[in-house]
Amino acid sequence: MSNNKKKRSLLNTIAESQVWKSIFRSGVPRTRRQRMYAVLGNVFLHLHPARLPRHAVKIGYTWCMGGLSFFLFVVLTITGILLMFYYRPTVEYAYTDIIDLAEQVPLGIMRELHRWGAHAMILTVWLHMLRVFMTGSYKPPREFNWGVGVLLMTLTMFLSFTGYLLPWDQLAIWAVTVGSNMARAHPFIGHEGPGASLLAIGDINLVHSASDVRFALLGGRFVGEATLLRFYVLHCIAVPFIAMIFMAVHFWRIRKDGGISGPL
Amino acid sequence: MLGLIKDFIDFLTTPTISFTLLTVLTPILFPPTDWFDKLSRKLKVDKLWTNKGGFVGLLLITIFMVMGYTDPNFSKILMKPDNFPIVLLIYSMFFYIWWGMKQAYENDARLAEGKKPNEYHDPDDKVLVWPDLVYIEFIALLLFMVFLIVWSLLAAAPLEEPANPASTPNPSKAPWYFLGLQEMLVYFDPWIAGIVFPMFIIIGMMAIPYMDINTKGNGYYSFKERRAGYFIFMYGWLVLWVYLIIVGTFFRGPNWNFFGPFEFWDPHKVVALNNVNLSEYIWVIGLEKPLPSNILLREAVGFLVVFAYFAFIPLALSKTLLKSMYEKYGSIRYGTLMFFGLSMLALPIKMYLRWVFNLKYIVSIPEWFFNI
Repeated sequence: MSNNKKKRSLLNTIAESQVWKSIFRSGVPRTRRQRMYAVLGNVFLHLHPARLPRHAVKIGYTWCMGGLSFFLFVVLTITGILLMFYYRPTVEYAYTDIIDLAEQVPLGIMRELHRWGAHAMILTVWLHMLRVFMTGSYKPPREFNWGVGVLLMTLTMFLSFTGYLLPWDQLAIWAVTVGSNMARAHPFIGHEGPGASLLAIGDINLVHSASDVRFALLGGRFVGEATLLRFYVLHCIAVPFIAMIFMAVHFWRIRKDGGISGPL
Repeated sequence: MLGLIKDFIDFLTTPTISFTLLTVLTPILFPPTDWFDKLSRKLKVDKLWTNKGGFVGLLLITIFMVMGYTDPNFSKILMKPDNFPIVLLIYSMFFYIWWGMKQAYENDARLAEGKKPNEYHDPDDKVLVWPDLVYIEFIALLLFMVFLIVWSLLAAAPLEEPANPASTPNPSKAPWYFLGLQEMLVYFDPWIAGIVFPMFIIIGMMAIPYMDINTKGNGYYSFKERRAGYFIFMYGWLVLWVYLIIVGTFFRGPNWNFFGPFEFWDPHKVVALNNVNLSEYIWVIGLEKPLPSNILLREAVGFLVVFAYFAFIPLALSKTLLKSMYEKYGSIRYGTLMFFGLSMLALPIKMYLRWVFNLKYIVSIPEWFFNI
C-alpha cells in the first residue's frame, strides 16, 4: 500500500513534514506495520500492546470502566490544579475562596467538574471492580493485580474523603468529623479503642486524645485549622502520589500478566 | 391509591423487612446451588437477565424515582446534590449487573452446548490498537466528558453554611460512600464498624483470588461455573455494602432514626431503645443474680460464643459438611475463607440478634472499650 497516487493535501503535507515526523516518529500510519509502530513509538499509547484480541475492544466486555477511572483521575488532577490557584487552606479563607470561585472566576464550573468527577470516579472504580469480578479476571495469573486494584479503590475513596473537607462548610466538617471519629476507636492506637489503656507506663497513658491515631490524622483533638492543612496536603500531594505509584504498578502488571483477560 | 402504594413502600423499606427480603432474594437471583437454580427458574427470576427483564427493572426503578421526585418528603432528600450519586449508583448497579449477568447466561448456554464463550475469537485474528481501540477510548472519554460537563452545568456543587463546630447538624452523615460503615454503627461499636470491618473488607477482598481455587470462568462472563463465588460476592457487595449505603443516605433521618422514603423526617420521632447485653440476659434475667464484678467472669459466655463462632464452627464443618472442601482447599486456605466468610456473616447475624432479641452486645466490656 505505498503512495502511488500522491495527494498533496495540506494534512498530508503536514503529516509528512520533518517536524511532524520528528515528534511522532512516523508519518500518518497507513499500513498494518506502521500502525503498530505508531503505538510502540508513542509513550502514552505504549500503555497498550500493539495488537489486541478481538473481544478486548468490545464495550460489552470491558464496560470501559477502568479506562474511564484513569481518565477521571486525569480530569480531577487538571481541575484540581486549577482550583489550587484560587483556594487557600486556612479556616479564615477556605470558605470565602470557594464562594469567590463560584461568583468571581470566569468559566466557573471547575469545582463542579471536580466534585462530580470525584463522585463519578468512585462509581467507575466500583463498576470496574464489578466487571473484573464478573469476568473472573482476578484469577491466576492476575491475583496480585486484583489486590493492587483493591488498594487503588481504597485510595480513591480516601482521596474523595480528604477532598470533602476542603470547602470548609457544615457539610464538610461534620462529614469528616463523623468519618474520623471512627479512628478514635482504633484498637490500641485510638484513645477510645480496646487495648489503648494497656499501653501505659505506670499511671501514664501513652494513648490519649492528644496522642492517638485520630490526633495524627486531624492534627488536633477536633476538626480544625490543622486538619484543614493536613487534609489539603493529603488530598493534593500525598494520596495522589501514592495512587500514581499503585496505578503505574496496576497498568504495568496488566501487560505483564498477559494483557487483558480473555477465554483461552 | 398513590398514598397507599407509598405507605406500602415505606413499610417494605423498613430495615427488618427490606433486609430480610434482599437476603432471601439474593440466592434466587444468584442461585448458588442446583436447588436454588431450579427455584429461580420456576419463579422465572432468571428472566430478569434478558432484554425484557432489564427493561422492566429499569422501568420499576424509574417509576420509584419519579414517585420520589414528585413526593414532598422524598424529593427533599433526592434533590440534595450530593445524593445524586446514589441515584446513579442505583441505576448503574442494576444496569451493569444486568448486562454482565445477561452475557453470563448467554455464555452458560453456549458452554452447555459445548461451544466456546462469546468472548472467544481466533487468537491469531487480532485487532490493532491504532485505530480500533484508540478511537473507542476517544469516543468513550468524549461522551463521558460531555456527561460530566452537563452534570456540572445543571447542578452546582453543594456549599452549605460556613463550618461551625458549635452547631452539629442532625443527622450528621459521612460522605455517601462511607454510609455503609456508618449504618453498621447501629449494630456494632465504632472499633468494629469503623476500623476492624473496613480492614477485613480490604484484606478479605485482596484475598479473594487466593481463596477462590475455581479456575473456571477466567476471562469471560459466566455464572454457572462460579455460582457459589458469585453468590457470596453479590451478597456482600449488593446487600451488605450498596444496600446499606442506600439505607444510610435515603432512609436515615434525625438521630439516625429510620424513615421510609415517603415519610417526613420528624426530628422528634422517638424510638424506644431497650437493648440488653448477653451478660445481662444470662446473669440478671436467666440466673436472677447481680452482674459479677469480675469482668472476665461476667462476659465469659460472650467470649465463649465468639470463640465458638470463629473456631468451633469452621472446625466442625471441616469434619462434617465441608469435609471434601476442606481437603481440597487445605487448612490455611480453608481457614482464611472461613474467617472472612464468618466475619462477613457476623453483620447480618448481629442485625437479626438486635431485631429479634434486642441484643446489644455479645461481649460488653465498656471499661476497656471492648464491645462486640
